[in-house]
Amino acid sequence: MIGIINYGVGNLQSVKNSLDFLNIPNKIIKKPSGITACDKIILPGVGAFGAAMDRLNNLGFAKKIQEFADKKKPILGICLGMQLLFDKSEEYGSHQGLGLIKGKVLPFRKKVKNLPLPLIGWNDITKNKPAPLLDGIETGASFYFVHSFYCKSAAASIILASAKYGISFPAIIQQGTVYGCQFHPEKSQTAGLKILENFHKLC
Amino acid sequence: MLKTRLIPVLYIKNGLIVRSEGFSYHQNIGNVVNEAHRYNEWGIDELIYIDISREKYYDLRRDDHNVKSYNSIGNIIDEIAKVCFMPLTFGGGIRTIDDVSYRIENGADKITLNTGAFENPKLITQAAEKYGSQATVISIDYKIIDDQPVVFTNFGQINTGKSVFKWIKECEDLGAGEIFLNSIDRDGRANGYDIETIGKVVTSTKLPVIACGGAGELNDFVDLAKKVPVSGIAAGNIFHFTELSYPRAKTLLKKEKLNFR
Repeated sequence: MIGIINYGVGNLQSVKNSLDFLNIPNKIIKKPSGITACDKIILPGVGAFGAAMDRLNNLGFAKKIQEFADKKKPILGICLGMQLLFDKSEEYGSHQGLGLIKGKVLPFRKKVKNLPLPLIGWNDITKNKPAPLLDGIETGASFYFVHSFYCKSAAASIILASAKYGISFPAIIQQGTVYGCQFHPEKSQTAGLKILENFHKLC
Repeated sequence: MLKTRLIPVLYIKNGLIVRSEGFSYHQNIGNVVNEAHRYNEWGIDELIYIDISREKYYDLRRDDHNVKSYNSIGNIIDEIAKVCFMPLTFGGGIRTIDDVSYRIENGADKITLNTGAFENPKLITQAAEKYGSQATVISIDYKIIDDQPVVFTNFGQINTGKSVFKWIKECEDLGAGEIFLNSIDRDGRANGYDIETIGKVVTSTKLPVIACGGAGELNDFVDLAKKVPVSGIAAGNIFHFTELSYPRAKTLLKKEKLNFR
């Protein structure tokens, strides 16, 4: 069963709707203790990094998610949920993240001068290497992205796929059993649903 | 590379989809959820819903036409979000942060503020702080007066006297994340987009701009996309009344080597 972490930010229902549509057993997890019963978890998220991290810490989710990762159980961070997996963010000040992946989250605006921000829309990805999460997904597939900050991974080897917006940035990452999608698979039509299905099939 | 979005806009009045012309003529054309389902099957980029009900009454009476009843906008959003795996934007009648939360918690990814933002600009900041700028879209209805685009509110009926450029700048500073620009003069007239104004708006702001109003034939999309680097091109009537217009528009835009999905 996939647990969808509810820590009070954004639209979890669309993640649940897409898993329901795919007939994938899932449950919205409202209490940190509920994580233990899950085989896999999805960490969704929209909004600001600092506020989201405060909620994960205050509600007691942060520690449970870190323990879940230590047990090598699969985690998928979506959008802000992927950014939270990193060490820290420079979104309006400096904030500590979950520290499951080495690297930091940086603003596009410093690097991207003449393009509209937030980045909102469909962008195509370049696949860097094969992985079970990318089964059936090829270079050129497009996904729905919504963000103003991007992840800068310390190790390039964890970047399964990249996208471009002025600069190249990680679209999909994997470090062991910790996965992240910068885009919203639950909002990316057939290609996005395929990613969720692949995540469900991971051992 | 980021694609330009092609976005159908559905106007909901008392729970039914209607056709709009000059912001005043409304003809019922169908069921909200069935339409959403049809668009989802075409793999569309995004859907925008604008609720133009004057009174909060959502009873669908056309049961004989396989039309189901919805008693609230939350109910409508909930039903649509179950069958649509694409970004969903809802607007119309949003006046308070509770109105914003109600829509997002029922499954909307973004909301649009129009009159509500103009009457209470703090609402923009409240929405952006709670759900992020990316979820806070400002819908602007305008008319050209003395060669300048002027903001109109209340279903396009009240002339605020404010310049569109000035209002966009204020919205940007307050935390808005996107602009949905509608030409009242062009609504339902099918005589092409207001390319001149859209071009000036796109140049004037760092926010993504979605332009709406005036699409009468598929070439109108091509014309706008070639001339202005808009983030999104939106249209209502053409997608309802022209057979397979969405997939045909995409084919045409790609044939013209324009950057669409």
